[in-house]
Amino acid sequence: MSDNVHESGGAGPSHRTVEVGVAAFLGLLAIVGMYGSVKVGIGWGAEGPRAGFFPFYVSALVLLSCGVNIANAMRVPDDGKIFAEWSQLGKVVSVVIPTAIYAVLVAYIGLYVSSALLIGLFMRWFGKYGWLATIAIAIIVPVLTFFMFEIWFLVPLPKGPLENYLGY
Amino acid sequence: MQDIGLLFHGFAVVIQPYNLSLMVLGIVLGVIVGVLPGLGGANGIAILLPLTFSMSPTSAIIMLSCIYWGALFGGAITSILFNIPGEPWSVATTFDGYPMAQKGQAGEALTAAFTSSFVGALFAVIIITLVAPLVANFALQFGPPEIFAVYFLAFCSFVGLSKEPPFKTVASMMLGFALGAVGLDQVTGQLRLTFGAPQLLNGFDFLIAVIGLFGIGEILLTMEEGLSFRGKPAKLNMKVVLQTWAELPRYWLLSLRSCLIGCWMGISPAGATPASFMSYGIAKRISKKGHLFGTGQIEGVVAPETAAHAAGTSALLPMISLGVPGSPTAAVLLGGLLIWGLQPGPLLFTEQPDFVWGLIASMYMGNLVGLIIVLTCVPLFAAILKIPFSVIAPCILVFCAIGAYSVHNSTFDVIMMVVFGIAGYFMKKTNYPLAPLVLAIVLGDKAEEGFRQSLLASQGGFSVFWSSGLVSTIMALGLIALFWSVIQNTWTRFFGRKEEVRAAG
Repeated sequence: MSDNVHESGGAGPSHRTVEVGVAAFLGLLAIVGMYGSVKVGIGWGAEGPRAGFFPFYVSALVLLSCGVNIANAMRVPDDGKIFAEWSQLGKVVSVVIPTAIYAVLVAYIGLYVSSALLIGLFMRWFGKYGWLATIAIAIIVPVLTFFMFEIWFLVPLPKGPLENYLGY
Repeated sequence: MQDIGLLFHGFAVVIQPYNLSLMVLGIVLGVIVGVLPGLGGANGIAILLPLTFSMSPTSAIIMLSCIYWGALFGGAITSILFNIPGEPWSVATTFDGYPMAQKGQAGEALTAAFTSSFVGALFAVIIITLVAPLVANFALQFGPPEIFAVYFLAFCSFVGLSKEPPFKTVASMMLGFALGAVGLDQVTGQLRLTFGAPQLLNGFDFLIAVIGLFGIGEILLTMEEGLSFRGKPAKLNMKVVLQTWAELPRYWLLSLRSCLIGCWMGISPAGATPASFMSYGIAKRISKKGHLFGTGQIEGVVAPETAAHAAGTSALLPMISLGVPGSPTAAVLLGGLLIWGLQPGPLLFTEQPDFVWGLIASMYMGNLVGLIIVLTCVPLFAAILKIPFSVIAPCILVFCAIGAYSVHNSTFDVIMMVVFGIAGYFMKKTNYPLAPLVLAIVLGDKAEEGFRQSLLASQGGFSVFWSSGLVSTIMALGLIALFWSVIQNTWTRFFGRKEEVRAAG
């Protein structure tokens, strides 16, 4: 099960707060969806129901269920259950940030180089590996990927300055 | 029996050396996907989908479906040896599988698990062979209202049969429909919900959602829980295998029951996970050794594994006969069909017999090959878990990024994948089911098309969905599924204890 009960110690945001937060965020998306649908028309046009008809009611249902979910979350008394400990959330954030940077970098320096950087960072930072092992794996994996995708299965992946320099 | 002939033709296609080698490759990749935390059947296939872009559709589906079988097998390895379910559907296998491994019976547990998986899958494939052509033939007469009704039934079953709170299922499903609606409107050709962003012209691809929600989200969850592997040694020699095989026929009734539960749950979109729990629960209640369940009973491994595989396999039945996937993994395979230029649905059987029967034949062959591979290579696969997470995690992230990029050759999709991943982490932790969201993105266009075409034909009257016996029946079934838990509660109130057995579902 994904909902962990942390009996002992460890402070963190309460489960209820996050629950309400997630529902409110989804509700916000639903309002954006309804607004966008109204802009293209939600009524009946020459070609039947207009383009916004279906997404409008679908978004309305999201909004409605989010309201119910918030009400449900507020109705039960706060049992002190926490969403996750701050230290756990810290670990999650420390994965999210490099991954987000990686996702942006792929467009600029190519997938292979940024992958090498990502693997190297993880091994050095989380795994506390020596430089030799880190560099070896960080180079071997992208090179193997290159052969597997570009050469054997003929799937081109984003390339950057280094690959251009090497003539690919 | 024209179908039998076509099936044998399918076998002929499958045993070509090229396809056989793809099958072995698929199984091996699938087992790895199943063993690794953070990679499951659905996102594993989504990530490896680009490998198939240059293949013929038949070879591609053989490889992808074999990844699926491999993932189903792989989940059992980690459950039994490490007490870590590699897949949600193998959670029930840990209950008795891990205690067996602790008692030094890992070999017996693994053999029992693999063999029952094979039996479950085989049963489901036979059902598919016999039933799918009939369903497809029947579905040829469906018009837009019937097609919408089938989708309605599929989605209502999700709400009614899900273990999660119904309004969370509705919220996540409808969000999927809304995301699926972004971009070009199929009917009018109008742009909608793009808010002027050129990246959103093509909408949200469900493959990106699958990779993000299941792949990245799962990595974040694993990171939070701080995984450490403490495994039991895996040794599997022929003697243990043969001994266990000699013992297994004793449980034929249990197997049959689990097969039936699995097929039923797989065809209705409840899926493999509830099927394995239900089968375990019923076995525990019926077995003479029921009170010993949880201490390492072989029956406690046979029941959930058989049901999970039967369900996982039979989830493909509605996918190939109706074009309605029964599980996220089936949905990804369906997405593959669209990419290879095939139109899923009942016409597939008449227009692409090679493809359909090749797929069905590969189900038979793939499970057999899979059984042999996992029985012989368990120590190898178990060794994968010895690789520390700080090496595995970035590699999984890289493969997720490759998968996301190569769907449309778009680097924007890689960023979207991370966004979906963060959303998946929060939604999963607050019990929003992700499977309906993914299925809604996949089927949104078609469900909407069916809905609008029906309304167009009836000039806006909703009575079109009750206009004939067929469509009314499907809609009524959908409503029953939707309010299933309400019906069940009422039943319990009036008839009291009788409900106990059925409540196990």
